[in-house]
Amino acid sequence: MFAKLDQIFILLRDWVVSFLPANWQGIAGVVLSVVAIIAVFPALFAIAVLLERKGLGRMQNRLGPNRVGPFGLLQPVADGIKSLTKEDVVPTNADHVVHFLAPVVLVTVVFMGYAVLPMGRNMTLARMDAGLLFYFAMGASSELTIFMAGWSSRNKYSLLGAMRGVAQMISYEVPLLMSSVAVVMITGSLDLDKIVEAQNQYSWGLPHWYIFTPWGLAGFVMYAIAATAETNRSPFDLPEGESELVAGYFTEYSGFKFAEFFLGEYVGMLSISGLGTTLFLGGWSSPLEVLNWVPSWIWFFGKVMMSICMFIWMRGTLPRIRQDQLMNFAWKFVLPMTLLNLVVAAIWRFMGDGLLRWVVCSAILVLMYAGVGLTGMRRKHFGPRSYRYAE
Amino acid sequence: MLGEGILKGLAATAKNFAGSFVSKERLTTVEYPEQRIPTVEAARVFPFLVYDGDDWQAGLRCVACQICEKECPPKCIFIEKSKDKKPDFTGRPQIYPARFDIDISVCMSCQICVEVCPFDAIRMNTEFELSTDDRFEGLLLHKDQLAHSNEYYREIHSTEAAEVDARRADELAKAEAKAKAAAEAAAAKAAAAAQTTAAPKTDGGAA
Amino acid sequence: MSIAFWIIATLTVVAALAAVLLRNLVHCALSLSLTFAGLAVLFLQLDAQFAGFAQILVYVGAVAILVVFAILLTRSSETPKDGGVFSPTWLAGLAVAAAVFATVAGAIVYSVNGLPNAQAVPSVTVLQIGQALMSRYVLPLEIVALLLTAATIGAVIIAMHEKPATKIGGAK
Repeated sequence: MFAKLDQIFILLRDWVVSFLPANWQGIAGVVLSVVAIIAVFPALFAIAVLLERKGLGRMQNRLGPNRVGPFGLLQPVADGIKSLTKEDVVPTNADHVVHFLAPVVLVTVVFMGYAVLPMGRNMTLARMDAGLLFYFAMGASSELTIFMAGWSSRNKYSLLGAMRGVAQMISYEVPLLMSSVAVVMITGSLDLDKIVEAQNQYSWGLPHWYIFTPWGLAGFVMYAIAATAETNRSPFDLPEGESELVAGYFTEYSGFKFAEFFLGEYVGMLSISGLGTTLFLGGWSSPLEVLNWVPSWIWFFGKVMMSICMFIWMRGTLPRIRQDQLMNFAWKFVLPMTLLNLVVAAIWRFMGDGLLRWVVCSAILVLMYAGVGLTGMRRKHFGPRSYRYAE
Repeated sequence: MLGEGILKGLAATAKNFAGSFVSKERLTTVEYPEQRIPTVEAARVFPFLVYDGDDWQAGLRCVACQICEKECPPKCIFIEKSKDKKPDFTGRPQIYPARFDIDISVCMSCQICVEVCPFDAIRMNTEFELSTDDRFEGLLLHKDQLAHSNEYYREIHSTEAAEVDARRADELAKAEAKAKAAAEAAAAKAAAAAQTTAAPKTDGGAA
Repeated sequence: MSIAFWIIATLTVVAALAAVLLRNLVHCALSLSLTFAGLAVLFLQLDAQFAGFAQILVYVGAVAILVVFAILLTRSSETPKDGGVFSPTWLAGLAVAAAVFATVAGAIVYSVNGLPNAQAVPSVTVLQIGQALMSRYVLPLEIVALLLTAATIGAVIIAMHEKPATKIGGAK
């Protein structure tokens, strides 16, 4: 029975498609899956927005929105109606074609990334041999849309925000890819389904998730940092710095276009959390062998929502990082650590199974981290600051 | 250790988050208008007129001396004296205000009118939910809207009201004592006058 | 050749023409990235998954952004020059373009004539690409890596701020 529940969406799709003639069944199946994705993930976006506002409120000793609907659960509906009915103001000097295309292309490209995520057993929309590469290709395309948005507004501050945003996204794309390459190296394939299947094994009831290995933990931490920077999330949200640049690169957008940018950001956040759970947290596999009967898609979406909660937690805790500190961090700390992580993953692979490889790999990573921490913190002067004023 | 500050910060936020469900000090929101913060005793918003007893027109303490109108910095009080008089709490006949208007869109809650009133007639109210959609007439409060009883005054400012009541009771006692003494003196004078009118009949041959 | 090929090819050629004919330079850069995307889709249509996705990742994700940054950081004025692409020496340009096209077309036509028809193309997996890179083509891989390192170091040296010769005022 639980096996059927696990495959319920596949069975549903096959049942609906069976009403059509045979040549149309393939296309109809794909279209149905696409419609399902386009319906589910904006709903998750609404839940994520609500979770963020209420969660941030609780962390800041206040209630979140609680007037619309019981406990404020209908707040996303109110937000949606508001953004649909607001006047769409476009500056006269703006480049109208590019200004219109930027949010459209962003939303398109961000939704394409969902095609390769395995959301459950047999539930990948497009099973490709180079699935991970496709995902990163789509992620890279979304950077151009931010530039388009900032430049087409003909607004100095939007352009500044866009340049910062693009610089940040490019800098953190390399650690993002590098931390995933370690996973690819161990699994031996770019296919996301194979990566999940490799993690779906259990020893003594505990799973073989990559996060439970030393290089996997380090890789996951760096992937999380890079993912936070890729989606312009706090503490890396300087491009949309609300206190500095009004709204950064989407200052000149109002009404539904602004909602599309918002949607793009959150859907991108969900997408990159989905990839992170696939690569490091075992995708749709359950944490304990005894819990295998729970449907796989419940595990996947549960892990994605846990990652969203981590994002919200970080947003509520950390102050914004300055642009130069951000770039320094990317190129001088995270990138070398990801390269080191690759070496450690290779060492892990070529030592045999056993306790020795755990000890060696953990030792290397901890020593390097502590070493960098000690030298890095020593060079900064944490004493009282001295100022030089203009004469 | 590198990253220690971040972990401590995350722990603090988590404590805030978890604590906001259980303890009051981690969730300080007061959901207005269903819940209110209790007002402090020394709070002040706009002035009101105090009256003693049940009838607000007969017991109104204000005698239309117009001191508060003259002292008000933004000149938001408008008073017109009455033509006739009514007795005050000591029994003396006093004039009363025929019109007493305060424009609360102008009033700056400085409390100078309260400080200069010699009759404890005008005091500060604590009611702030005075929003109206009528910009002119709705924000000009008249005598009937401004008059509140002494019991109400005791509720909102208990120590002040106690002090005022004590002082007024003293004055009342003194006035009554004076009246009694005057009445006694008048009675004694009347008795003496009655005695002198009666005395010459018996005292005519001796004086 | 299928209808999909014709649609994508038309789109690519139109985008490439727009990239040289448009007035606004940033518009040109954006249509160039559309050209790159069109090429990537053509690769995908030929079942070269790795080449197609790598094309998007590298060209649209990095080269297009590089082009755009270069435009923004070097052209301070936004007004496009009048006159456009029709320069006085357009006849010579047309002759050179025709010669290049003839060479490339001749090479393709003569090479296609040598292949047997309708050969089943084996699908190349990423695994095979990786193995080929590490065994047969390892020398070009290492040389390219060295070249990239040299280019990066050169870029850093050119862009690095010169340290000021003397420091005026109090020391830090």
